[in-house]
Amino acid sequence: MIIATVEALADARKEAREKLKSRLRVLVCTGTGCVANGSLKVLERFKELMGNEAVSADSHDETGIRLAHTGCHGFCEHGPLVKIEGMNIIYMKVHPEDVDEIVDRTINNGEIIERLLYRDPSDNSLFKSEEEIPFYAKQKRTSLKNCGNINPDNIEEYIARDGYAALARALSEMTPDEIISEITSSGLRGRGGGGFPTGIKWGFVKKASGEKKYVIVNGDEGDPGAFMDRSLLEGDPNAVIEGMAIAAYAIGADEGYLYIRAEYPLAVERTRTAIGQALEYGLLGENILGTNFNFKVRIKEGAGAFVCGEETALIASIEGHRGMPKSKPPFPANEGLFGKPTLINNVETFGNVPSILRKGAEWFASMGTENSKGTKTFALTGQVNNTGLIEVPMGTTLREIIFEIGGGIRNNKKFKAVQIGGPSGGCLTEEHLDLPLDYESLKQVGAMIGSGGLVVMDEETCIVDMARFFMNFTQNESCGKCVLCREGTRRMLEILEKITSGLGTREDIDTLAELSVAVQDGSLCGLGKTAPNPVISSMKYFMEEYIEHVEEHKCRAGVCQAFKKFEVEPLECKGCGKCARICPAGAISGKPKEPYVIDQESCVRCGACVAGCPFQAIKEVS
Amino acid sequence: MPSMIINGHEVEFTDEKNILDVCRKAGFDLPTLCYQDHLSPFGACRMCVVDAGKRGLLTSCSVPPENGLEIQTSTERTRRVRKMSLELMLAAHDRECLTCPKSGTCKLQDYAERFGVDSVRFISRNKDKKEIDDHNPSIVRDPNKCILCGNCVRVCFEHQGLHILDFSKRGSNVEVGPAFGKMLNDVECIFCGQCATVCPTGAITVRPEFENVFDALYSGDKKVIFQVAPAVRVGLGELFGMKPGRNVEGKIVSALRKMGAYKVFDTNFAADLTIMEEATEFLKRLDEGKNLPLFTSCCPSWIKTAEQSYPELLPNLSSCRSPQQMFGSVAKKYFTKEEGLKPEDVFVVSVMPCSAKKFEAQREEFTTDGVRDVDAVITTNELARMIRSFGLDFLELPDEDWDSPLGESTGAAVIFGATGGVAEAALRTAYKKMTGRELENQVWKPAAPGESVREAEVDIDGTVVRIATVNGLAAARRLIDEIRRGEKEFHLVEIMACPAGCVGGAGQRANDSLELRAQRAKGLSDIDSNKTVRQSHNNESVLELYKTYLSEPNSAEAHHSLHTGYSSRRRIEEDIELSEVAEPGICVEVCVGTNCFQKGAYDTMKKLNGVLRAEGLLDVVDIKATFCFEKCGQSPNIAVNGKVIGNATCDRIQEIFDSEISPLLKTGSLNK
Repeated sequence: MIIATVEALADARKEAREKLKSRLRVLVCTGTGCVANGSLKVLERFKELMGNEAVSADSHDETGIRLAHTGCHGFCEHGPLVKIEGMNIIYMKVHPEDVDEIVDRTINNGEIIERLLYRDPSDNSLFKSEEEIPFYAKQKRTSLKNCGNINPDNIEEYIARDGYAALARALSEMTPDEIISEITSSGLRGRGGGGFPTGIKWGFVKKASGEKKYVIVNGDEGDPGAFMDRSLLEGDPNAVIEGMAIAAYAIGADEGYLYIRAEYPLAVERTRTAIGQALEYGLLGENILGTNFNFKVRIKEGAGAFVCGEETALIASIEGHRGMPKSKPPFPANEGLFGKPTLINNVETFGNVPSILRKGAEWFASMGTENSKGTKTFALTGQVNNTGLIEVPMGTTLREIIFEIGGGIRNNKKFKAVQIGGPSGGCLTEEHLDLPLDYESLKQVGAMIGSGGLVVMDEETCIVDMARFFMNFTQNESCGKCVLCREGTRRMLEILEKITSGLGTREDIDTLAELSVAVQDGSLCGLGKTAPNPVISSMKYFMEEYIEHVEEHKCRAGVCQAFKKFEVEPLECKGCGKCARICPAGAISGKPKEPYVIDQESCVRCGACVAGCPFQAIKEVS
Repeated sequence: MPSMIINGHEVEFTDEKNILDVCRKAGFDLPTLCYQDHLSPFGACRMCVVDAGKRGLLTSCSVPPENGLEIQTSTERTRRVRKMSLELMLAAHDRECLTCPKSGTCKLQDYAERFGVDSVRFISRNKDKKEIDDHNPSIVRDPNKCILCGNCVRVCFEHQGLHILDFSKRGSNVEVGPAFGKMLNDVECIFCGQCATVCPTGAITVRPEFENVFDALYSGDKKVIFQVAPAVRVGLGELFGMKPGRNVEGKIVSALRKMGAYKVFDTNFAADLTIMEEATEFLKRLDEGKNLPLFTSCCPSWIKTAEQSYPELLPNLSSCRSPQQMFGSVAKKYFTKEEGLKPEDVFVVSVMPCSAKKFEAQREEFTTDGVRDVDAVITTNELARMIRSFGLDFLELPDEDWDSPLGESTGAAVIFGATGGVAEAALRTAYKKMTGRELENQVWKPAAPGESVREAEVDIDGTVVRIATVNGLAAARRLIDEIRRGEKEFHLVEIMACPAGCVGGAGQRANDSLELRAQRAKGLSDIDSNKTVRQSHNNESVLELYKTYLSEPNSAEAHHSLHTGYSSRRRIEEDIELSEVAEPGICVEVCVGTNCFQKGAYDTMKKLNGVLRAEGLLDVVDIKATFCFEKCGQSPNIAVNGKVIGNATCDRIQEIFDSEISPLLKTGSLNK
């Protein structure tokens, strides 16, 4: 069915709404997290029980009950999630064996199954609906509004929820310049990390001379622990495609690429389905909505290089070259893909575009802070009670995110730091908890929003070890082009490894600081320039821990193995000899029935003896 | 005029392509390791950074000048970045500088000294040495000395249209080399050595042979005869601090004599001989209208390219041997007769501006009864080393004349050393042969720096001869494609692999700029202009050789001694016609990845095509070539509708057809 005009789109919307009308809707989350937890089996069981096998995951019976699979709700840790729309219930950790009960008790009899509700770990209180759960209460889900609420494999659901209305408005009521000015005045800034004003970027590409132009969606999300783009593509791919199409119209492009990591098979599959359906409906392709705007899109699967998130490397990768960044200028806006002017924006940036055009720039600008408008998604991970994908207005404080949405630190441990912005970001401490999260505030304290990873650390995290972890990541992911990144990160990693293994010196700390500055200042691309951030920021806020490692040979978090020391308590040792038998290094010796002794020289500090001693006679001493 | 502020001085700029050029023009030199003016900017070495204050550090090699931009070329920041970069490079570098062929001319060594990197704080990463690739006659690649500047990768791809070298691996494990860790001898390297020319360190060097020459000189049982190529005489002086392009042939003759040469001859003699043969060959083809355009055959790198990539053009190549090989043949065959010697009594040494000549001299075509026509090939650089090690004060050497008779040459021969020269020389003689008059005007002036393709039309009494001259094989490929598509038509095409021609060869001093190469070319052009005899057909010694031994150009004797033939080096000889299937019922993918290919995937595909043709199924079953199913252990692999079948060798195809393909046809489980 081709939707040939703007009016036809409105009709199609009416039709879709009619068709999708339901009394109850059972939404089974099939985001990657929930799928990993077994949600496909849950979905399967629902299908069996609700008696409609012919329609895949999108059926309804005469009583007005519909079943659909959705993208991510964000609360992945508690998956599989099942939402029952119409009763405003969300069930967590649903197993296939729970499904019969849900159908029987909840759907047929309107009862709530308490066991499956969310239970607050702090006070055991129960929550029935999504909005009530503290994890969601503080959030403002705008770009994620459809995620978890629609079937991403059915374009009709997207259309029913005002999908492609923004494109229709753009094509029928607005000139390209009007669109760009609308985006500019909304204050939308790049969500991939740089924070460059989106409208201005569009303006550059529009102004660039050349007949042929391209739009690229950067979905090469590679930060450890980040999954914002993945969730959006899995849960609402049409929003990204619509945003792209609007951008293409605004800048004068007729071809676009979605660069998505191949490690995101579900995102690739759903995006592919969405593109297919959009083509079928005439929302992509030739003469879109009866205008002379043509736009075709392709998916390019990235082969797993973190550096391909850098725009020039990404372009090289699409062109079939090794993913290595180039010096800028020339910027992609002037000389991008195949040498043509190219617009590259992040998945989330495009995801925000349709809402802005539909609801207006003012609506978007009403959220957030002075210079950072709108909302931002974050992947909240680490030592917090509630991990998952969240979306909050710009300017929300870390305290609100970690302690309200995140529900505080696990096991009532003490908050130590949060690494924001992944391996390119910096760590922030207690003193920053009330800092509003926006581009400028974070930059001032040496961190960045990055793509939006938030890794929360408690007192049992060693800050030097954390820096080592991220440095190991960037070193492995460096493309190896420029000297400072390739060799500099390697040497920084070596020094961090030396410090965490107890061999560091004060000179090493000085060299590390010197390297950090040179690598930050002199690297070619964003990867290298930001690679030292975890080291620089952790040295700034936790220098005393670095010094402790090298001078006192101490790791206060107890993470660095090298500083551990195990001793046998002579009074408690029964001389059974088990420890000597299990020690992999042969470091324990003694005579039966007499206290055994650990030779500290040969001890590898694995702790096997501590775990193996039947009399708890071996202790870790500091 | 727009201007920039450099170190507080206002500097105007016009068409400079980057800040670096503007700085250098203003007298502020900046160090560069990964910048070459004929290659795309890379920005990897971080040496050329300039401090633009709030805008941060800019790589001056890649950023175009901007009006009003204010920069400093040397500040604490730039120094920190440069020094740290150098220290980091040194830490990962094989620092056995004393035994390195680049010692003294290595840029890394120079900069380390210049910036005072007097210690390296990091542990050496060079303990486990990587294998050195010296399995070919021309080039030595020592990955332990590579600083990953990428110059070789770019010159090979951008200038020669090949992609022999590229980066592999990630992070600090990145390395440069041929695909799959192969040796240069096992890939389609044409040994032009441009990678060595642009290498700032000793990671890629031209394989030296001068010890063999000393051995021959000292052994006393052979008479050592030298031939010196035209480009050498305008390239050697630089190595002794003289002005680029200065003709030092007299000093070369004198030096070689002092070192014990039996005769010092000029390759130019052979160049004149080449023209006599090639012009005759050209006129014959022009007359018959056959095998046109005629491609020149003096450049061994171009020859290897033609053998590898354009075997169908081999009949169009001139069958003339290159001047080096004509000389070898004449020296061993005829000169020895004149002297009453036997071929095995002499040892012929070429002094060349080229690394590929070493490869050429070892080709089987140029051996007579197992003895090479040219016994050793040394480069301009090697000659300089010999002179220095012999203890000669080059600048003080007297000018001496070439030995006779193979020392006589004309202006037409000397311009062989620069792009356009061979075509020009051939045309001078062709013109004379066609009209009986000498060609008065030169076809073209020396090429401008960086100019890679030139075309010209010469009217020879009503016959319009179209010629093209190309330097750089990437440009040559583009031109050949245009010719094959029928967009362009020529009668004569001259191809040289190196920038500006042989003057820019890998045997010359490592080149930094196109300007320098142009100065050498200018040097050759000046020699030509100053010669009284400027046409090969007026070389008396050459005419004498014909009279005594060869009778006339293209005679049977001349063919035997001065011509040769080449054969295809293509790995795949015949093309498989795969039909386009619009709506395939069954799709069979054949992996042609390296592993499968080597285990016969190509034969598998041929056989499969044959079987399907026999069954009349070519419009139902679609055969596709694909890459790697990641099951290389059981290669060759094919996939039938997505199902991967291993060990799909040619002889199993019928069996696979019966068991895997025909059931699909019967059950009707076709895709459509």
